[in-house]
Amino acid sequence: MIQKLPAWLAMALVLGLTLGTLAAVGWRAELGRGLSAADWAAVRFTITQAIMSAMLSVVLAIPAARALARRSFRGRRILITLLGAPFLLPVIVAVLGLLAVFGRGGVINSALAAVGLPQISIYGFWGVVLAHVFFNLPLAVRLILQGWQAIPAERFRLVASLNGSVFRLLEVPMLARVVPGAALVIFLICLTSFAVALTLGGGPRATTVELAIYQAIQFDFDLGRAALLACIQFGLGLSAAFVAWQVTPTQGMGRGMDRIVQRWDQGRAAVDAAALSLVALFLLLPLAMVVLRGVPGLIEMPSAVWAAAGRSIMVATGSAGLCVVLAVALSLRGGVAVSVIGVMPLAASGLVMGTGLFVLVYPFVSPRSVALPVTILVNATLALPFAVRAIGPAVADVKADYGKLAESLGMQGWNRLRIVVFPRIRRPLGFAAGLAAALSMGDLGVITLFAGEAQETLPLAMYRLMGSYRMEAAAGAGLLLLALSLLLFWLCDQGGRRDADA
Amino acid sequence: MKTTLSISVAAALCATSAMAETPTLNVMTYDSFVSDWGPGPAVEAAFEEICNCDLVFTGAGDGAALLARLQLEGKGSDADVVLGLDTNLTAAARATGLFAPHGVSAELDLPISWDDAEFLPFDWGYFAFVGNAGEDAATSLKALAESDAKILIQDPRSSTPGLGLLMWVKAAYGDEAADVWAALADNIVTVTPGWSEAYGLFLEGEADAVLSYTTSPAYHLIAEEDDSKVAWAFDEGHYMQVEVAGKLAGTDQPELADQFLAFMVSDGFQSIIPTTNWMYPAKLPAEGLPAGFETLVTPNKALLLSSDAAAAARDGALEEWRAALSQ
Repeated sequence: MIQKLPAWLAMALVLGLTLGTLAAVGWRAELGRGLSAADWAAVRFTITQAIMSAMLSVVLAIPAARALARRSFRGRRILITLLGAPFLLPVIVAVLGLLAVFGRGGVINSALAAVGLPQISIYGFWGVVLAHVFFNLPLAVRLILQGWQAIPAERFRLVASLNGSVFRLLEVPMLARVVPGAALVIFLICLTSFAVALTLGGGPRATTVELAIYQAIQFDFDLGRAALLACIQFGLGLSAAFVAWQVTPTQGMGRGMDRIVQRWDQGRAAVDAAALSLVALFLLLPLAMVVLRGVPGLIEMPSAVWAAAGRSIMVATGSAGLCVVLAVALSLRGGVAVSVIGVMPLAASGLVMGTGLFVLVYPFVSPRSVALPVTILVNATLALPFAVRAIGPAVADVKADYGKLAESLGMQGWNRLRIVVFPRIRRPLGFAAGLAAALSMGDLGVITLFAGEAQETLPLAMYRLMGSYRMEAAAGAGLLLLALSLLLFWLCDQGGRRDADA
Repeated sequence: MKTTLSISVAAALCATSAMAETPTLNVMTYDSFVSDWGPGPAVEAAFEEICNCDLVFTGAGDGAALLARLQLEGKGSDADVVLGLDTNLTAAARATGLFAPHGVSAELDLPISWDDAEFLPFDWGYFAFVGNAGEDAATSLKALAESDAKILIQDPRSSTPGLGLLMWVKAAYGDEAADVWAALADNIVTVTPGWSEAYGLFLEGEADAVLSYTTSPAYHLIAEEDDSKVAWAFDEGHYMQVEVAGKLAGTDQPELADQFLAFMVSDGFQSIIPTTNWMYPAKLPAEGLPAGFETLVTPNKALLLSSDAAAAARDGALEEWRAALSQ
């Protein structure tokens, strides 16, 4: 079967980059000290904040996704694209945007002070959760919205003709199927969070496992301890994934005729308007601050930033292409192994992955000479869980609904892909490519270990500007990054929607 | 083939092969040193004028990441010189056994005496809290702890200034350090992973002061003509950061490495430092400090633990810090 080899390659790649790099770090380790009480405190904090962030994100996302699913209004598509932006931002840009709204000198506290009310402080546990919800609410909205869009038009017709409840008969079963997966993904993202927790956490109480790994590698050079902590992080991720699979019902909504969905159950427009406005305000106000801060900095950016932007676009395009190919290959294969692969990169420690790759690559070639290819490879792998999550169900549906028909027509290989599969998965395909490209734009993981001057990407250039007091120019670079990420995402996403009814 | 600096020999053999075999000196350093707005490009140009070689800087994350990177590369490292470790890391760096004596005997202009066979300073500075001019400024660590001023600090587990503050409190208060941290806890708005995040938050108005350097106001004054930032002078004295470089024992360019280290404490290198790295030069250049530096606060006392003392104190001090701030 022509479909088998790419799937095996994809799985080998993911396993190599996650477990392989972990093994490389462990292999390179000398005897270190074991885990301390502080490490266990970090494990507890990590789990608590990740659970809270995941739950809040999906709970807030449900009304917004429902509003988006059942209303059509001018600017709906733009709004959907813009709502995705926080997820695509580099952490520090988003944190500074959040602080411009919620911080000590931010909009809200200024307003409170103006009317003589006490100030709010976002630093601490809830600050971490707030930031994580800000980052992940957009993802939750998109994932849950896809659930709504996957309900065939015929079901709505049927329910309407029976005069039944759309909520009870269609939406609750759909949510039961979609929400655990969405919550799992967000839990995993928050599990490996590092800079957010540190910047808004208010002190060492808010220490995550990833910070403990950072400390073990950079300050103590205790690779054994780093590997141990990374194993714990993996364990947590896989346990969460197991729980999510256990509670997710497997039956789907079945096949439809791809009619345009018509809804008879409009509900109260005010409720939807309120849900959308609140979410939009929460997500877009900090983004507006990023733009405001960034505009004056655009003219101060040294020319090196533009070169870095060019390299970032190249890396993003490359990793989006690779990611989509891998995701389609994995989705065509399907099965539990694929689900596991879809979780592993999210539970992996970025720092362990980078260090492991360095250990593996260093004896053979100069890390600098492979900086960009390695970054493409790693970014594609890191985006793979999202891509598989978007493409996988669509491919599975095509298989279930049209597999026998295609089989009976003797349609195989490329023809089957081209005629049966691709037209039906175009929308998730575009979404996945856009997400992979945008995530890769903003990524600042492996590149820091590998890049020299000539391999600098845009986020790295931005951090280097900040590290040299050039905060204004860095804000400009942040704005450029935001604009380019959104543009790439929009182009891919739009490509997938061509001729389709959104 | 071992390349030498002797141009006459090379020229006598063959001019083109001499061109092709221009020796390369690899210097591993921290990220902000190599960036376009750091000292790297100017230093590279100045040294290449006199060395007949190709100087290549490689950035390896921040200060702490630098040592980890060197340990990862181990004996097989391509680097000839490592530049940018500070005194809190030199004990661990020495213990790797990867460094060779630098052999440079220069009269340095440090506020303390310097005697280290392996590590040669290239710049230094005092840690300080930087606040806004015209606002209340604390006059000591203790006064800061008793005030209700809000400060931003960096995490000592991921940042060199953060580790510097840990050592500052330890050097000033010894066994009382834990009490000082407990009193400081309610002043700390948040602890950031690196210097950039904390400084960015401070400029956004998130706190009254940020842990940085006495030289930070010089950046705003000279590069932005903005005199609104001041460093707070503390009675206990200020902890120093001394940034050093060392030659690797495994270098294949020992003569070039020696030449670079000698160049590092000469005017050609040192005059670049103040307005690119925003630190004090280790050896004052002939033209002195740039205009604006005379406005900076000069601490009455320089605090610095020896590299061995700093290494020995670190784990205990870290635990005190963590316990005090976790209350």
